[in-house]
Amino acid sequence: MRLHETAGVANINRSLVGRIARTPSGPDRADTWLLAEDGLLPCDPAGYLGVLALGARPAVDGIPVAFGLRQLGYLDDGDVVAVDPNGFVRTLYRRSSRHNVILVTEQCNSLCLMCSQPPKAVEDSDRLDEHLRLIGLIDPATEELGMTGGEPTLFRDGFLELIARCKERLPSTALHVLTNGRLFYYRRFAEKLGAIAHPDLMLGIPLYSDIDAHHDHIVQAPGAFEETVLGLQHLARYRVRIEIRVVLHALSIPRLLQLATFIARNVPFASHVALMGLEMFGLVHQNLKVLWIDPVDYQTELRSAAEILLDAGLNVSIYNHQLCVLDRHLWPLARKSISDWKNVYLPQCSGCGVMEHCGGFFQSGTKVRSAHIQPVRPVETCA
Amino acid sequence: MSAFGLLPFRFLRIDETRTLVVNEVGEFHHLTNEEFLQFVRHEFSSDSTAYLDLKAKHFLFDSDSLVPFELLATKYRTKKAFLDGFTSLHLFVVSLRCEHSCHYCQVSRVSIDRARYDMSGETARRALDLVFRSPAPRLKIELQGGEPLLHFERVRQIVLDARMRAEAENREIEFVVTTNLALLNDEMLAFFKEHDVFLSTSLDGPEALHNANRPRPGNDSHARALEGIRRVRETLGQDRVAALMTTTRGSLALPEAIVDEYARLGFTSIFLRPLSPYGFALRSVRATGYSMREFLQFYVRALDRILALNAGGTYLVETYAQLLLTRMLTPFATGYVDLQSPAGAGIGAVVYNYDGDVYASDESRMLAEMGDTRFRLGNVHRDCYESIFGGETLRRIVTASVAESIPGCADCAFLPWCGADPVHHYATTGDLVPRIPASDFHEKNFFIIRHLLSLYERDAATRRIFGSWIQDRPSRLEEVA
Repeated sequence: MRLHETAGVANINRSLVGRIARTPSGPDRADTWLLAEDGLLPCDPAGYLGVLALGARPAVDGIPVAFGLRQLGYLDDGDVVAVDPNGFVRTLYRRSSRHNVILVTEQCNSLCLMCSQPPKAVEDSDRLDEHLRLIGLIDPATEELGMTGGEPTLFRDGFLELIARCKERLPSTALHVLTNGRLFYYRRFAEKLGAIAHPDLMLGIPLYSDIDAHHDHIVQAPGAFEETVLGLQHLARYRVRIEIRVVLHALSIPRLLQLATFIARNVPFASHVALMGLEMFGLVHQNLKVLWIDPVDYQTELRSAAEILLDAGLNVSIYNHQLCVLDRHLWPLARKSISDWKNVYLPQCSGCGVMEHCGGFFQSGTKVRSAHIQPVRPVETCA
Repeated sequence: MSAFGLLPFRFLRIDETRTLVVNEVGEFHHLTNEEFLQFVRHEFSSDSTAYLDLKAKHFLFDSDSLVPFELLATKYRTKKAFLDGFTSLHLFVVSLRCEHSCHYCQVSRVSIDRARYDMSGETARRALDLVFRSPAPRLKIELQGGEPLLHFERVRQIVLDARMRAEAENREIEFVVTTNLALLNDEMLAFFKEHDVFLSTSLDGPEALHNANRPRPGNDSHARALEGIRRVRETLGQDRVAALMTTTRGSLALPEAIVDEYARLGFTSIFLRPLSPYGFALRSVRATGYSMREFLQFYVRALDRILALNAGGTYLVETYAQLLLTRMLTPFATGYVDLQSPAGAGIGAVVYNYDGDVYASDESRMLAEMGDTRFRLGNVHRDCYESIFGGETLRRIVTASVAESIPGCADCAFLPWCGADPVHHYATTGDLVPRIPASDFHEKNFFIIRHLLSLYERDAATRRIFGSWIQDRPSRLEEVA
């Protein structure tokens, strides 16, 4: 599924963000894209933000129009779409999805060896206005919303403004932010975030080693360990809920047990610990030689680490692992974390008894994989 | 060789080849004697695994990073968090009377003289005034005796009154009644249910042993306890009653049978307790007496049985081990008044006796019954909160119980996991400060900690069991069938 497409446009001279309506909508017309199909409009478009047309351009004039769209046929009521003057159409939010994410910025202050979303050194703080507008347009009934980057906190006060806006407009939406946590080294920043008191906020923060130099090497940023670890302390102090995310690869496996002990002793306030398989996107390919380890070869470490964390009372999940390479003791911890529309299975998966419980593979990441992918016997269901 | 600095730790030559190091916040590591020497001589190679392990556990630092200092500070604060909030556990001796005449019992009286041995309504009210002066955010009131059910009217008054005051002040409060259950009736059960009261009872083991330890008219203590437990579980819920056992001379040969009795009755915890050297216990030492060494042999056998049961899928916690393991294996504090530094006497728990006298601990009260009132902090009718909780007596107890300053404790590797019990030390030696290593308190804790360490190292299955004890629930990792 594609989230963007280039369309023909008319009467658009700045980026417009609006909510989709297939049928005549209420008083918030000025925020609404009327969706036309095959040149047919559901009603008079006067007063609407504009018209998005799947296929032919409908006969309208004097209001913004984007037409000729073919890929975005999934658009439905409540989805949010941005259209640029040059015809670039982006789906920012889909109401039916549980995986809506705001890419806050493409800038980052780390450069992790396995980054799946390599940062760009661009000044993109103008995104902030679009994010704020998007948050205002998202359906308040949305259960979950993610924020990612780059490093979202780099917008400093802008980041805090985003969180505050989410609290104001989407108070019942769980908000999950992926951040390296480094800026919370500044106690005041953590204090300000805590003061917003978002009712359901979780920061997902990576910790890759119990040794500063090892962590710093993996994230390619000297001093990052100190900033992140002290940042975690500050966040705990101001009651911001955090999740620790550990990506498993050849550089993090050797001290995984010690890392688990470190987390149990120093981050016992974590709400959740995610132990994650490599995602085969982005920088991981160029660093594959130093990062790759077949998941089959780290099951002993993974199980011991999970046991240490569980014995410490922490909630543990394992992401991005096919069940056939995962120790069966660890199956209860495995989550189907791959977004529903990007996971696939392989020919050798056919006949597998647990496929419906298995996250499978990222669509674009099946080439590098464990040498032990195979069908496995099913889970015997209890009466 | 590399440039690093040492952070505070203590150490112990744990066996022929290895040295155990323990830091100020209770994290530990085993080093070979050679590694230990390299470590303290600053000749450690910075790429060795042991170096990295010690660095991650904050035994050494090698840069100007604030991480080890900030984390140690946080963890030290966390370990001493039992001091937050001051006195939270308040024990009421609602009556000294009891219809049991246990050989080891410290102070109860088989008597019908209600006027003499029951707590009056006015005394209870005044004691509650003191309870609610405590700054503790969560209060716990434990009603005991004697046998508190012999004076149920006072139990009812205290629970109702305390509940009302807690609601008015928006404070959390919980209630425990410590009872032999022999006199439990439907009216009491209904009251406990209505007010969410937790029950704690005594169970010494199989019937013959229990009844021999705990004589009462009819010699039916065991049967009545079991019937009481059954009814409490039926009415209040399976987890609303716990049992404690006291080890007597007769118990020593029966560790397996005692443990099995707890498992058979569906308890999820057992607390293996030696006899306290107080009250009548000192006088009946010939009948029930045994050495600490004998108790520890008993403890080891009982613990083996408990671990075997757990390995077989029966969840059963040994409470003392659970307490020590929580200190050894987690960053958290555990307030156990008889084993913390400073001790919890008065500042963690306090006892209001039937006659209004206030004691720093139950043991202090027992000493007073024997004629030594030195740990009496005051009386609810004559003294104010400030003089009771800020007075010279309590100050002396607390000062004497800072293990960090006790000779023999100060440099013991186990100090961060241990504590002091000045009232016990006084009762056994006449001195608030123990004489290490001659102290039985030291003998017990040093031995058990060492034993737990060796079990922890033994195999992954035991570590799993210990982990489940720390979490107070069965392990969550089971293979998917």
